[in-house]
Amino acid sequence: MSNKEWPLWEVFIRSKQGLSHKHAGSLRAADAEMAINNARDVYTRRSEGISIWVIESNKIVASDPDDADALFEPSNSKVYRHPTFYAVPDGVGHM
Amino acid sequence: MKEVNISDLEKKFEERIAAEIRIEPNDWMPENYRKTLIRQISQHAHSEIVGQLPEGNWVTRAPNLRRKAVLLAKIQDEAGHGLYLYSAVETLGADREETIDDLHTGKAKYSSIFNYPTLTWADIGMVGWLVDGAAIMNQVPLCRTSYGPYARAMVRVCKEESFHQRQGFEIVTTLAQGTPEQKAMAQDALDRWWWPALMMFGPSDAESKHTEQSMRWRIKRHTNDELRQMFVNATVPQAELIGLKVPDDNLTYNKEKGGYDFSDIDWDEFWQVVNGHGTCNKERIEARKKAKEEGIWVREAALAYAEKRAARRKQAS
Ligand SMILES: [Fe+2]
Ligand SMILES: [Fe+2]
Repeated sequence: MSNKEWPLWEVFIRSKQGLSHKHAGSLRAADAEMAINNARDVYTRRSEGISIWVIESNKIVASDPDDADALFEPSNSKVYRHPTFYAVPDGVGHM
Repeated sequence: MKEVNISDLEKKFEERIAAEIRIEPNDWMPENYRKTLIRQISQHAHSEIVGQLPEGNWVTRAPNLRRKAVLLAKIQDEAGHGLYLYSAVETLGADREETIDDLHTGKAKYSSIFNYPTLTWADIGMVGWLVDGAAIMNQVPLCRTSYGPYARAMVRVCKEESFHQRQGFEIVTTLAQGTPEQKAMAQDALDRWWWPALMMFGPSDAESKHTEQSMRWRIKRHTNDELRQMFVNATVPQAELIGLKVPDDNLTYNKEKGGYDFSDIDWDEFWQVVNGHGTCNKERIEARKKAKEEGIWVREAALAYAEKRAARRKQAS
């Protein structure tokens, strides 16, 4: 029996105007058009979306979890990037 | 190459689990954790797909158009649940088609409940009320399971499940309030589905070989017996409310434990069905195999068409 599979696609859904597309899940489809149609059937049956993006999973480039420390650790030491780092005299009100 | 030590990785993994930090697909994980998840999630996926068959049996005979539309929508949801779960299995490096072939060869299991036949329309009510009800009891805690893609799939599934149980209970309630014949039909269906529904939670804790490790890895959050007790506590008052009798003469409310005491399960029947000797085991697997075999040409044709179109586009540009 032939087990040749359709490519795997990642599906991103915009839930409403004004919000960005968010990863919803994945599915298999022969081409992009079928991926959009399947995504509609699988991920938007209850008005979860108004726009769909699909991309073949193997086209996504991801950071390596082993590099997470090197990539994201340095930002922890830069507390001066947050507004709470700064002293503001009482009475200034909202700033 | 970075030098890594397996015991360091294991330690880091255990710390993450203890801190309730989810494990994601590319993170290091013990081989046994991966295997356990592949087994559990694929079994769950197979159950969603095979579970469509006993309900499909009644689509053309639903008593009216409303019931028919509802049943179709529910069955379509179950197909989606299967897809979310097969996708989660794939993130663990399992091959989807091989996973499905394991179901067909009998190497992989699915919930034994779907090996019981749906004989009357009341059975469709019982499937929604009891079978989806038991599934929800099982799936709600899985929304917090330690493997990220499985937990996310469960969140979607649980959202969609909420109407499944209600539509079943509505069918049963309508029959229970109907003519004496209709009420008798509902009672007969409850008599047949009650015990298989309790068996859905799997072997007793003493017999369950995977529970302890799965609890430690926070794949499971409650033991089989805990979930079964929760289900009985939730369901018995619902039966009483609509005037049906749960088929268990030893059923009594135990004030001390704040739940019902009930009879022992017929584990012989459970193992018979799990091991392939239920009423419909053969029919279910045959139906799945037929669907795959007769669908091959469609999958191949779609792929050939996609390739041809891609080549044509390349030529034109
Ligand atoms: Fe489901
Ligand atoms: Fe369901």
